Amino acid sequence: MGTLVVANVGKAYKRYPGKWSRALEWISGRPRHDKTWVLRDISFSVNPGEAVGIIGVNGAGKSTLLKIITGTTQATTGSVSIQGRVAALLELGMGFHPDFTGRQNVFTAGQLLGLRADEIAVCMPAIEAFAEIGDYIDQPVRMYSSGMQIRLAFSVATAVRPDILIVDEALSVGDAYFQHKSFSRIREFREQGTTLLIVSHDRSSIQSLCGRAILLERGFVIKDGNPEEVMDFYNAIIAEKENATVEVRRLEDGRVQTSSGTGEARVESIALLNEDDEAVEFINVGQSVQLKVEIRIHADLPELVFGYMIKDRLGQPVFGTNTHHLGVDMRHLAKGDRLTLVFSFPANIGLGSYSVSTALHVADTHLAANYEWRDLALMFNVVNLNRNQFVGVSWIPPQVEYQR
Amino acid sequence: MIQPVMFRSLWAYRGFVWSSVLREFHGKYRESLFGAFWSVASPLAMIIVYTVIFSQLMRTTLPGQEQVPFAFSIYLCAGVITWGLFAEMLARLNNVFLEHGNLIKKSNFPRICLPVIVTLSALINFGIVFGLYLVFLAIIGHWPGWMVLALIPLLALQLLFTLGLGVFLGTLNVFFRDVGQLTGVVLQFWFWLTPIVYTLPALPEGVSSAMQYNPMQPLMAAYQTIFLVREMPDFTSLAPLAVLTVLFLLLGAHFFLARVGELVDEL
Repeated sequence: MGTLVVANVGKAYKRYPGKWSRALEWISGRPRHDKTWVLRDISFSVNPGEAVGIIGVNGAGKSTLLKIITGTTQATTGSVSIQGRVAALLELGMGFHPDFTGRQNVFTAGQLLGLRADEIAVCMPAIEAFAEIGDYIDQPVRMYSSGMQIRLAFSVATAVRPDILIVDEALSVGDAYFQHKSFSRIREFREQGTTLLIVSHDRSSIQSLCGRAILLERGFVIKDGNPEEVMDFYNAIIAEKENATVEVRRLEDGRVQTSSGTGEARVESIALLNEDDEAVEFINVGQSVQLKVEIRIHADLPELVFGYMIKDRLGQPVFGTNTHHLGVDMRHLAKGDRLTLVFSFPANIGLGSYSVSTALHVADTHLAANYEWRDLALMFNVVNLNRNQFVGVSWIPPQVEYQR
Repeated sequence: MIQPVMFRSLWAYRGFVWSSVLREFHGKYRESLFGAFWSVASPLAMIIVYTVIFSQLMRTTLPGQEQVPFAFSIYLCAGVITWGLFAEMLARLNNVFLEHGNLIKKSNFPRICLPVIVTLSALINFGIVFGLYLVFLAIIGHWPGWMVLALIPLLALQLLFTLGLGVFLGTLNVFFRDVGQLTGVVLQFWFWLTPIVYTLPALPEGVSSAMQYNPMQPLMAAYQTIFLVREMPDFTSLAPLAVLTVLFLLLGAHFFLARVGELVDEL
C-alpha cells in the first residue's frame, strides 16, 4: 500500500484554430487541432512511506501532474498506477455549501472524498477537535472566516490517514498556528507510513519534510534527487539568463555543487579567517570571523553587487545579505580588476555544518543579471569549545538572574 | 458499451449522491420563510392559469367527458406535470457538467453521480406536485384506482428516455455551448407540438396524423388516459419511444464514457 508509479505520463491540451474546427473534426474524423504539451514523458516511482517534493516555476506542469495523479484529469499518454487510498489537499473546501452548517458540510465533503457516512460519523469528534472552530460547527459555513473554512476543510480531508497524501501549496493558507498544526499532522502521517507528495516553492518545507525532490521544467522532469541538490539547481534555473550556463559538479564529500551565471565577474577565492587571519574550517560558537572574498572582473561592468548566504546542513538559509544592502557601492569596474571584500561578523549560530553560497549580480537580487551563482562555495563547522551548553540554530547568550 | 465499473463507482458514492440530493432540496428553500411551498407554487400557478383560460374563458370541453367535474383540469395536469418533469430534467442535464465545472475540475469523483443527482432531485420536486394532484383526484372523487400502477412503467420509460437524451446533450453541450441554447428553444416548440394543453381530436386531420412522429405524444396520451378515462393505456403505442430510449441510452452512455476525460479540459 502506498506505492505510486508514474509511467511515461504526458498531457496535451487540444487547441483548435477556429470555433467550427472541432465540429468539422468530429464530423470528418480528421484531426484539425494542434496539441499543446504541458507534460511530457514523466516517469518516476514513489515507494511506500517515501516523501517526495515536486518543485518548478509557475507553468512547469506541477499542478497538472498532481491532477493526473489524483485522477481529476486524464493523461494523454502513459499511465499512473496507485496502490492504496489517495487523499489530495489540492483544493480545500470542495463540496462546501455556504448555506449549510459545518457539520452538514463535513458529511458531504467527506463523501465527496470517498468516505462512508458511518466513517465520517466516527471521525466527527476528531474533526471538530482538530478544526478548533467551537460552536461554529453548527453555524452555516457562510458565517465562517476563510481561515475557519480552511481549518474545517483540512480536518475533513485528513480525518482518515490515507496511504498516499498529495499536498499542494494550499497549506500556506491559515494562520501560523494552524500551519504548524497541519504540518505536524502531515509529519505524523509520514511517520505512520503514508507516502507523501508535496508541491511547494518553499524550500524549507520541502527540505524539512521530503527525502527526495523532483524538479519539473516546461513539462519535463529535469532533476530527481536529494532535496538540497534539487533546490540549488532550481534556484540556479531561476537565475539562469541567456547565455548563462548551469554547471553541476560533484564535490569530494559526495555533495553536488551548482554554479551558474554569465561569467562577467567571478569569485576567485573565498575563505573564512580567524582572528589571526588564518583560514579555518572549524570555528567556535560566537567566535569573531572574517569572510574574505576575492573577485575578478572579466568584462567592463557599470555596477556589481556581491551577496552571500550561509545555509545549514539541510540547506535552509541561516543568514544572507549583499553589498547593496550593506551600502557598499561597487561601480564602473574595468575588465581585469581584482576586488577584495572582507565581511567581519561573530558566528552567533548553533552547532553544525554550514555552507556559504555566493552570488555576483546587479541590483539587489540575482534575478536581474546573474554573473555568477555558486552553491557550496565554502564549508565550515561550528563547534562548542567553551560556551555553556545550548541547543538550537542560533547563539543568543542570555544573562540570567535568580531570585528567591 | 456501458461499463459495469460505472455502476460500481456510482454505488460506492451513493452516500454522496443522496446527500447532494437532500442538500439541493433543502438548499433551495432553506433561507425562505415558506420553504417547500415554493416548489409547489409555480406549477400550481401554471395549472390555475391554464384551467382558467382554457376551460373557463375558452370553454374547452373534452368530448365524452362532459359529466366529469374538472375534466379539463384533470387532463391538463396529467400532461403538464409529467411534461414538467421531462423539461426540468432535460434542461438541467444539459447544464449539469457546466454547472459543476469547478467541482469536476478540482476533485475526483465518479462524474456519473451528477446526472443521477439531477434526476433524483427532479423526481422529488415532481413527487410533491404529483402527490398534490393525486390528493386532488381523490377529493373530487375521480381516483383512478389500481390504474395508477400503470404510471410506474410509464414514468420509468420517461426517466430513462430523458436520462439518455440528457446525458448525451449535456456532454455535447460542454464542447458546443449552442446545444444548451438550442435545447431550450426546441423544448418550447415540443411542448406546444404535443397535445397537453389542447386535445388531439381538436387538431385538423393533416396535423393530427403528423403527431405520430412526435415520440412524446403517446406517452402524454397514456398519462391522460390513466387519469381522465381511468383505463389501461395503450402500451403498444409506446414502442417507438421505447426504441428511442434504448438508442439514446446507448448513445448517451457511449458518448459520455468516450468524452468524459476530455470533458474536464473544456470546463
